[in-house]
Amino acid sequence: MQIPAPFDYVRATTVENALELLARYGPDSRVVAGGHSLLPMMKLRLSRPEWLIDINDLYELDFILRDGNKLRVGALTRHTTLLESEEVAGLFPIVRDAERVIADPVVRNRGTIGGSLCQADPAEDLSTVCGVLGAEAVIRGPGGERILSMSEFHRGPYETAVGHDELLCELRFGIRPRSGSAYEKVERRVGDWAVGAAGAAVTLAADGTVDDAAVGLTALGLDHPLAGAAAVLRGRHPDEELFAEAGRLAAEACDPVADQRGPVDYKRHLADELTQRVLRRACARAAQMQEG
Amino acid sequence: MTVIHDRQSNPAAGDEDRPIGYGRIQRKEDPRFVRGKGHYLDDIVLPGMLHGAILRAPVAHARLVSIDTTNALAHPKVVAVITGKDLLGLKLAWAPTLSADVQAVLVTDKVRFQGQEVAFVVAEDRYAARDALELIDVEYDVLPPLVDARKALDADAPVIRDEIEGRTDNRIFDWEMGDKAETDAVFAAADVVVSQEVVYPRVHPAPMETCGAVADFDAVNGKLTLYETTQAPHAHRTLFAIVAGIPEHKIRIVSPDIGGGFGNKVGIYPGYILAVVGSIVSGRPVKWVEDRSENLMSTSFARDYIMQGEIAATRDGKILALRTHVLADHGAFNATAQPTKNPAGFFSIFTGSYDLAAAHCSVTGVYTNKAPGGVAYACSFRVTEAVYLVERMVDILARKLDMDPAELRLKNFIKPEQFPYANKTGWVYDSGNYEAAMRLSMQLAGYEDLRREQAEKRERGELMGIGVSFFTEVVGAGPRKHFDIVGLGMADGAELRVHPTGKAVVRISVQSQGQGHETTFAQIVAEELGIPPEDIEVVHGDTDQTPFGLGTYGSRSTPVSGGAVALVARKVREKAKLIAGAMLETRPEDLEWEKGRWFVKGDPSVGKTMAEIAMGAHGTIALPEGVDGNLDAEVTYDPPNLTFPFGAYICVVDIDPGTGEVKVRRFIAVDDCGTRINPMIIEGQVHGGLTDGVGMALMEIIEFDEDGNCLAGSFMDYLIPTAMEVPDWETGFTVTPSPHHPIGAKGIGESATVGSPPAIVNAVVDALAPFGVTHMDMPCTPARVWAAMQGRARPPI
Ligand SMILES: Cc1cc2nc3c(=O)[nH]c(=O)nc-3n(C[C@H](O)[C@H](O)[C@H](O)COP(=O)(O)OP(=O)(O)OC[C@H]3O[C@@H](n4cnc5c(N)ncnc54)[C@H](O)[C@@H]3O)c2cc1C
Repeated sequence: MQIPAPFDYVRATTVENALELLARYGPDSRVVAGGHSLLPMMKLRLSRPEWLIDINDLYELDFILRDGNKLRVGALTRHTTLLESEEVAGLFPIVRDAERVIADPVVRNRGTIGGSLCQADPAEDLSTVCGVLGAEAVIRGPGGERILSMSEFHRGPYETAVGHDELLCELRFGIRPRSGSAYEKVERRVGDWAVGAAGAAVTLAADGTVDDAAVGLTALGLDHPLAGAAAVLRGRHPDEELFAEAGRLAAEACDPVADQRGPVDYKRHLADELTQRVLRRACARAAQMQEG
Repeated sequence: MTVIHDRQSNPAAGDEDRPIGYGRIQRKEDPRFVRGKGHYLDDIVLPGMLHGAILRAPVAHARLVSIDTTNALAHPKVVAVITGKDLLGLKLAWAPTLSADVQAVLVTDKVRFQGQEVAFVVAEDRYAARDALELIDVEYDVLPPLVDARKALDADAPVIRDEIEGRTDNRIFDWEMGDKAETDAVFAAADVVVSQEVVYPRVHPAPMETCGAVADFDAVNGKLTLYETTQAPHAHRTLFAIVAGIPEHKIRIVSPDIGGGFGNKVGIYPGYILAVVGSIVSGRPVKWVEDRSENLMSTSFARDYIMQGEIAATRDGKILALRTHVLADHGAFNATAQPTKNPAGFFSIFTGSYDLAAAHCSVTGVYTNKAPGGVAYACSFRVTEAVYLVERMVDILARKLDMDPAELRLKNFIKPEQFPYANKTGWVYDSGNYEAAMRLSMQLAGYEDLRREQAEKRERGELMGIGVSFFTEVVGAGPRKHFDIVGLGMADGAELRVHPTGKAVVRISVQSQGQGHETTFAQIVAEELGIPPEDIEVVHGDTDQTPFGLGTYGSRSTPVSGGAVALVARKVREKAKLIAGAMLETRPEDLEWEKGRWFVKGDPSVGKTMAEIAMGAHGTIALPEGVDGNLDAEVTYDPPNLTFPFGAYICVVDIDPGTGEVKVRRFIAVDDCGTRINPMIIEGQVHGGLTDGVGMALMEIIEFDEDGNCLAGSFMDYLIPTAMEVPDWETGFTVTPSPHHPIGAKGIGESATVGSPPAIVNAVVDALAPFGVTHMDMPCTPARVWAAMQGRARPPI
């Protein structure tokens, strides 16, 4: 049994209440959602909050809702819910691709999208997913609500725009026609964090050329979707040559570090290989959606 | 080949359909495990029990400057803090290991590996004990660590064991086996010689339950009751008597349900000793249970062999000789659990299943700044390393000769008529029919079709590999005259009592960690006496309740203890014959046995069942001269030889050429463990071992950085396989009984762990043949496989 440092615990009843508690207990307090990132760190005593504010009773943050041309997802939505949602899979197949390879069923039953994005682990998959889908993050704090783009929200490894006294409440995804997306991850074993992963979202023009595209990488040292990907891909027909070019771009742009999962050259190779694979699949899916 | 068909049994059927003796029956222990009613070490709660926690060294090599325990002692719930200095006073700072070395219980002079035990806190609860660790101030003077075993013998290497008088280097032992001159001569004259460095990296047994102890020293009567996660309770009792000076009759070791051992729970860890010291000092029971990181970082690892292999053959594929030199990393203390005369365990079985003209091996053991241990993880005392080496070398030779690896093996097997077969390094293989097992495996796999499929896939650039391995295990140590652990001969006892109503209890000296002893040992008695297995209680794991013996590891339970149980049952059967004679007023010579009953020759209707005889033994009839009034017996079994199980494994892998990910698509395992007691349990043991093999071949490794930091201190870093990484196992069997074992059985516990890694690695290397790859070391992670595809395969250490 691994034993965390002593802490106190309180259950929030509403978003308002959670914000009050955060204000009351100050910077030594922490929100706990699924607990699957925070608790392991506490057990290793790498994280030592004095207060845990449990937000698992905030059912108001656990929803998936179609709202016009947006899909709204509450921050407390569990991985399992996202994995199993047909609506999400239909609109954004990248989410199911990613959720299938995030951790294992036990972790997915508790872990939340909000916790994942706020943890911002460099090998965390949903930041890439939300990044390439161009999601918006809805944050509430003492000063009210703010809506940030993913590039504003996600600042890099373990760093987001969420202030200590704020709560991430919701993610919003724009629904676009003729779109497809995909995610692929290389892991050493099921349930392991990524050696490397890539995600892509593509929108095709009526003539079948690329209208918009985004490529993101996980665990490969690229904090935000690949700059310039859209510029290179736009207006061109999706073909092997184009995918190869995008793969090369990704490999050049990434900045992986060597660790037990692999050396830099391999990870750079993965950036290339996986970018090609996800673009290929995302374009095929977009084309299918166009036909369908 | 004798193929006996399993006696099938339908668990839903009535008693009459269930085998009385050998056959497929459900495990007696499972109802408690599946209902969560097992009783593991951490379930033990004694009145007034305190809790211990160990402060561990954060660095790999450092001089201990000072320890200040003032703040920890000031914690309101802390009862005691024990340091190395305290233990020096008690003469307990150093404890003997199972390999004629000593190991620090708590650091007194120098830290020698990261995670080493520095101080022990005893507190009112577990949380307080853990919190108080942070209140101990330790000052270290950090020294350069020795991490790379290849540099251990360099002149400028730091000397790790400088506390030993006169020690100036890190060499533990040099050991060799076989005739060097003869081997060199064969090599010199051979048509073909191939050599390869083959590395078996450091891995960990990682049992589901970590190690722990509850010590309860009764100061009034001087008796120590020690509950421990141990695979060898009796050996531990003797060692505790020697180490702690407590008289042996005042020590009771209890090993409750154990959540896996795999060799991890053979030795005596500092934590066990500290729990005892804590109980003596506090006058209260003390529980210590390590956490997962402590288990992975400080307890017995396995393997860590760097092997230089060479194989010599004729041009047409007759294997002539093998030779190897091994550099063995034993960590900071030589604490491997192995028979005294075998510093490299049974590695000298590296000649494998082949009829060779010559063989020679030498092993150099060295100290490094890493956790001690060595022989663990279901390895049959280093047979794992030996089999991996020879099976890789044979595959490399097959490639060199452009021969099919299965064909090459078939051409070189020891033939059935050569058994008992004396190999070139001193082993006498008891029995075998290797070709039959190999052919069955190939047939189950559809070997020819697989090769055809592979050829087609290669045309399309797809990477499919077929790996073959054939292993001979050597288990059941062993004859007392050859095998002992710290002077204790490796025999095992058994006691059997048949109660008046014909129900029985058998007490054994080995201890189950999941092998199903409570079922199989009851089945052995059932087969011999005809008493149904459910009427036979198997008692194990408590030194006050069981006869002396050396315990469960190295697949020795069935070969040694199983022999004892069969013999004790036969002794009871013979005694029953005498009593039946008295009851029937017949001469015993005129009685005949059928399972469960003695009857009068020629008149089967006149006889006595075991239950009737048991009642007779305890009743009022006049017993024959020299027969006392019970139906009990005891034996200690000293096996005449070890047993040599074997098997033929075939593995099929697919590799993603873009990412290097390996998928084990199929795995065919044909095992021969002699007589099969419970085929379901055998299959379970094989499934588990094969899964272990996938782990070692594809993902497991305990790595260290250049400062000696252990990089595998959690299950996030030390990967073990899940159901997702393993295929649907395809098992088959042949039966070649052991000629010397009382029931012809051999061991099965470790066969699959020994045999599967080479099959998987051979398959991976086979898949990579289009890239010119002839060897890659484990673990075959995506990154390492990809590197091999780029022609940059590197050893992991
Ligand atoms: C064995 C294992 C394997 C895993 N593998 C993967 C993997 O492959 N890929 C992957 O992406 N993830 C993986 N994870 C992480 C998993 O997805 C976690 O669930 C997730 O990272 C965190 O979500 P959580 O709800 O558990 O967050 P928590 O652990 O509860 O919280 C994480 C952090 O976010 C903060 N936080 C949580 N919710 C909010 C909120 N609404 N507003 C503001 N701050 C908040 C917390 O204060 C904390 O700092 C793995 C985890 C485990 C244990």
